[in-house]
Amino acid sequence: MTNTTATNAAIIRIRGLRKSFGEHLVLNGIDFEVMPKQVVVVIGPSGSGKSTLLRCCNGLEKAEGGRLDICGLTLVNDGLMLPDADLNALREEVGMVFQSFNLFPHLSVRDNITLGPRKLRGLSHAQAQIEADVLLKKVGLTDKANAMPASLSGGQKQRVAIARALAMKPRVMLFDEPTSALDPELVGEVLQVMKLLASEGMTMMVVTHEMGFAKEVADVVVVMDDGAIIESGPPETIFSRPSQERTRHFLQAVLTKA
Amino acid sequence: MELDFSPVWKGWPQLLEGALITIEITSISLLLGCFLGLLVGIGRLNPARRFIYVVCTAYVAAIRGTPLLVQLFILFFGLPHFGLLLPAFLCGVLGLGVYSGAYVSEIVRGAIQSIDKGQMEAARSIGLSSSQAMLEVILPQAVLRMIPPLGNEFIALIKNSALVSLLTIHDLMHEGQKIISISYRSLEVYLAIALIYFVLTGITTLALRKLEQHLKAGGMVQ
Repeated sequence: MTNTTATNAAIIRIRGLRKSFGEHLVLNGIDFEVMPKQVVVVIGPSGSGKSTLLRCCNGLEKAEGGRLDICGLTLVNDGLMLPDADLNALREEVGMVFQSFNLFPHLSVRDNITLGPRKLRGLSHAQAQIEADVLLKKVGLTDKANAMPASLSGGQKQRVAIARALAMKPRVMLFDEPTSALDPELVGEVLQVMKLLASEGMTMMVVTHEMGFAKEVADVVVVMDDGAIIESGPPETIFSRPSQERTRHFLQAVLTKA
Repeated sequence: MELDFSPVWKGWPQLLEGALITIEITSISLLLGCFLGLLVGIGRLNPARRFIYVVCTAYVAAIRGTPLLVQLFILFFGLPHFGLLLPAFLCGVLGLGVYSGAYVSEIVRGAIQSIDKGQMEAARSIGLSSSQAMLEVILPQAVLRMIPPLGNEFIALIKNSALVSLLTIHDLMHEGQKIISISYRSLEVYLAIALIYFVLTGITTLALRKLEQHLKAGGMVQ
């Protein structure tokens, strides 16, 4: 899975990104890149700005400073956002999976998945359904196509949410703590789907506390603290020989808890 | 004192005709109120769209801050001064509809704002525009939450419609008063009118309860 073709243009390029909520500086000059087919896992203590960074990547948060290019478009540059119409088109290429699933509760599982393709990719009902059923098979929920979200377990909901994002045929997938709201016994089924995606060459940026996943799947682990990247590198290096004291502290705290 | 309901029995067809007018006028004002309420409620969601926000907020403040009777009289007795003479029925419908719209707009706004913001984010993150997200994702969920408070509003509207009898509209209240003016049996007739209003509001309550149960059974409401 390790990406060696570093000559490819980065699919996400972030330069000096800054973002604050009121007085509180959440992102303080972030620089990094994600290459096509790379899996980048972002870790760090809560409040370090991981989720905000991820949400900046599809314009759910607006960064006030710095520049963010994604999928060949400049999403934000010095506080200037991409116009709304272009932003909508861009979001079709950038899938997002949320911690709290955010399935549409009034739509069946299948309709959750087909809504985007029908409204945005111009697919007919029938075409969209065929695609949805392929995706449901991929995430192992063929039998739940007609179920309403309220009847699903957390793990099932999150797998539907992944299928919904994939239905737009994105070039990048962003995962915002996808397993943090799950009961421990349901985490595995979601991680398994994510591993499958990674093995198929999906470009992924994942904010998570699942260190096992990071070790096993990540090409690059990015450690954030206090709105900045304190170090990044291959998982072997980060987990066994971190260069920063803060990384060591954080890993110790997380791993002893686990 | 002895009660004599014979004028009520004799005037029954007249009362029913009045009740039909009441149903007609409240139904039309209800539609108008819902239409206005939806527009104004959405208009008040985003203060950044300054002009729309200010107009909608001023409308709600003006309507909620003044008595319905005064609003009806302004329409009926005031507008002719500007050469605008509207038929009484239209004044009644407009007055009730515009009045109801202000309250419905608050119901709409509250219901939309009660939808978890993750829903909008999820809809936007698959690429839907904000109006597509509103139409496909937010409103269908918000409408379900509007049903109980809208029920209250419908019932208030049915009762408030008695005021249009003062605009010479031949509604239930007006027909009752006509019977009283001949028979002088005010208590009996008012009791009969009260009973008819009670039946109308009761039917509305039951219908809305059924609707809610139906939607719950379909898994649309948690």
